[in-house]
Amino acid sequence: MTGTIPLMYFLVISTLMFFIGIYGFLTRRNLITMLMSIELILNSVNINFVAFNKYLYPQHLSGHFFSLIVIAVAAAEAAVAIAIIINIYRNFKSIDVDKVDQMRY
Amino acid sequence: MTDFTYTILIPLVPLAVFIFVGLTGHKMKPIVSGLIGTAGLAFAAVLAYITAFNYFWIGHTAGTGYTSIKAFEISWLHLTEHLTIKLGSLIDPISVMMLVVITTVSLMVHIYSIGYMKGERGYHRFFAFLSLFSFSMLGLVLATNIFQMYIFWELVGVSSFLLIGFYYEKPSAVAASKKAFIVTRFADLGFLIGILMLSFNTNTFDFQTLVSPTGPAITQAGGAAFMGLSVLSWSLIFIFMGGAGKSAMFPLHIWLPDAMEGPTPVSALIHAATMVVAGVYLVARLFPVYALGAPDALHVVAWVGGISSLFAAVIACTQTDIKRVLAYSTMSQIGYMMLALGVSGFGGHEGLGFMASNFHLFTHAMFKALLFLGAGAVIHAVHSNDMSGMGNLRKYLPVTHATFLIACITIAGIPPLSGFFSKDEILVAAFEGNKALFFIEYAVAGLTAFYMFRLYYSIFWGKETHYHHTPHEAPLVMTIPLMILAFGSIFAGFLPFHNLVTSDGLPFETPTEWSIAIPSVLIALLGIGVATFMYRKVTGVPDKIAGAFSHLYKWSYHKFYMDEVYLFVTKKVIFNLISRPVAWFDRHVVDGTMNGIAGITQFASVKIKGFQSGRVQQYAFVFVTGAIALVLIFVYLW
Repeated sequence: MTGTIPLMYFLVISTLMFFIGIYGFLTRRNLITMLMSIELILNSVNINFVAFNKYLYPQHLSGHFFSLIVIAVAAAEAAVAIAIIINIYRNFKSIDVDKVDQMRY
Repeated sequence: MTDFTYTILIPLVPLAVFIFVGLTGHKMKPIVSGLIGTAGLAFAAVLAYITAFNYFWIGHTAGTGYTSIKAFEISWLHLTEHLTIKLGSLIDPISVMMLVVITTVSLMVHIYSIGYMKGERGYHRFFAFLSLFSFSMLGLVLATNIFQMYIFWELVGVSSFLLIGFYYEKPSAVAASKKAFIVTRFADLGFLIGILMLSFNTNTFDFQTLVSPTGPAITQAGGAAFMGLSVLSWSLIFIFMGGAGKSAMFPLHIWLPDAMEGPTPVSALIHAATMVVAGVYLVARLFPVYALGAPDALHVVAWVGGISSLFAAVIACTQTDIKRVLAYSTMSQIGYMMLALGVSGFGGHEGLGFMASNFHLFTHAMFKALLFLGAGAVIHAVHSNDMSGMGNLRKYLPVTHATFLIACITIAGIPPLSGFFSKDEILVAAFEGNKALFFIEYAVAGLTAFYMFRLYYSIFWGKETHYHHTPHEAPLVMTIPLMILAFGSIFAGFLPFHNLVTSDGLPFETPTEWSIAIPSVLIALLGIGVATFMYRKVTGVPDKIAGAFSHLYKWSYHKFYMDEVYLFVTKKVIFNLISRPVAWFDRHVVDGTMNGIAGITQFASVKIKGFQSGRVQQYAFVFVTGAIALVLIFVYLW
């Protein structure tokens, strides 16, 4: 089955996901949505890892393991990020990123 | 040869006492700190006497002369292969003699201070500083090399500063201590330059190498010349500048009279008997280099000494503060010693001046310490320094009166007291060396007798004065040192100095030159007679004479306006012409550079601080843009 789908397809999908994630991160004002965009970026990277591993070095497993680590880190990161967002909400009564601009000169 | 390693204990014991009393003195009773200080000094004095006995009589075989012995030496700072600073102790006739002088006078002053300083605040501080001074001075005379001497030289200056400023709540004492420190420090600049020049040319600091007649200093004396004098002469003149500062020679003497602000025992110890003769000791220590390598520098020494002695003697005749009279008298007597060194040659009878100078140093230490301690007893009794407020004290202070009279006769040079012998040797040396200086010294001998007896009569005779309370004789603890020193003043003249302390270590004969001694005694008697006539009873004669020579009197009373000259030079000339431009340079150029750099940084940061907006997405945008730009560069342009 993999033989029928060329590598390029995977790369196109992951690139699209990556830039959708970037776009979301830069344009959404809601912190939760920004967090979701980051997840998109991370997953696009995962796809790349797995695809390259499968197509270029089928005898190795490094890409798979790396994507597993990324998933684990992403889970931890989501937990921390949501805790931060909750604290921001308590302090600012909002999760709009534009209102959280006190860390400036 | 006897082993002299124990001599290092002589300075180290006072050092230990200084540290101990200085750190723990405030916890003990005042009298205990005084006793500890005195005990330490007594120990050092006993060691010094043992050293002298061993050196001069036990370890010496007749006819060979005295050699200098390096008893102990360690490398203190090993800077480079060729530059090592050592500390140690050097035993030779003059250092042994100085050990005896310093420990004796210091011990007397310690005992005396137990009584004199009673009830003063800072009693233990006083004794700690006295010990520090004794340590420094003993280290100075034992120095094996000129750099060690310089270190202790500065330590002596510091302890002098601390003791002059002992009453630090009195503004005049603070000013005097600063003046003493700055003037001597300025002179020490010359000393340091001299040391560097001398060592640069000879590659050694070591005294034994320097003074050896075959050593590099003397054999390479020719060398390069500058303004008609060899480099060696210049370096020795610079070194002498340091000595002149410490010994209060004209024109660096201005600190000594003001230094009398310190407690009187300090004046006796530091500013009469020991520290101020450090300059004489320095020249004596390097004497072979002066005499054999640089006679020009020796002429400078002689003339500075001669001028100082005359100058100070003239001023001493008109001062009214008893301690200041004694201060100028000290300066005058040190001038004698310098002069004797200056007119001396090296070896045998030629070295008469060298021997006379050290002889006079020895006897002067005794009688001048006695005079100061006696003056202290007077001040103790009447609570005033001003002799116009004194008179007729002889019946209240019998012991002080007797000892003071002995000291006055001694300094006037009446035989058979010690001052006669040493002064006579100096006059003979001056007669053989330089006739002009010889006549100056005759005049000074007369003036000395005059002003000392003027002082004596003004204090102990003259008008009956009313005091706040009846003056009382000082306690025994103060009068015993007076008696011991009076004993020393009377009999020190019989020591066979011409056998012990000579320029080349060999004894020589010094027959008394009656043709010189008799006129000098007559001149001294004349001075005493004039003083008796003028001051024994209250008469109008002194005022009449002062009126007749009103200009001279005014100049002398104002110390020839030397302080004013110094103030003019420092305030008007140095401050305006040197300090001001330097301060301007510092403020505008040095500080300006630093302020400019800081200003530019601040300006730049104000301009770019807007980047830190606190907006996360703006940061992310910049970051992503940069990352993409880098990718494009790496992919397409590389």
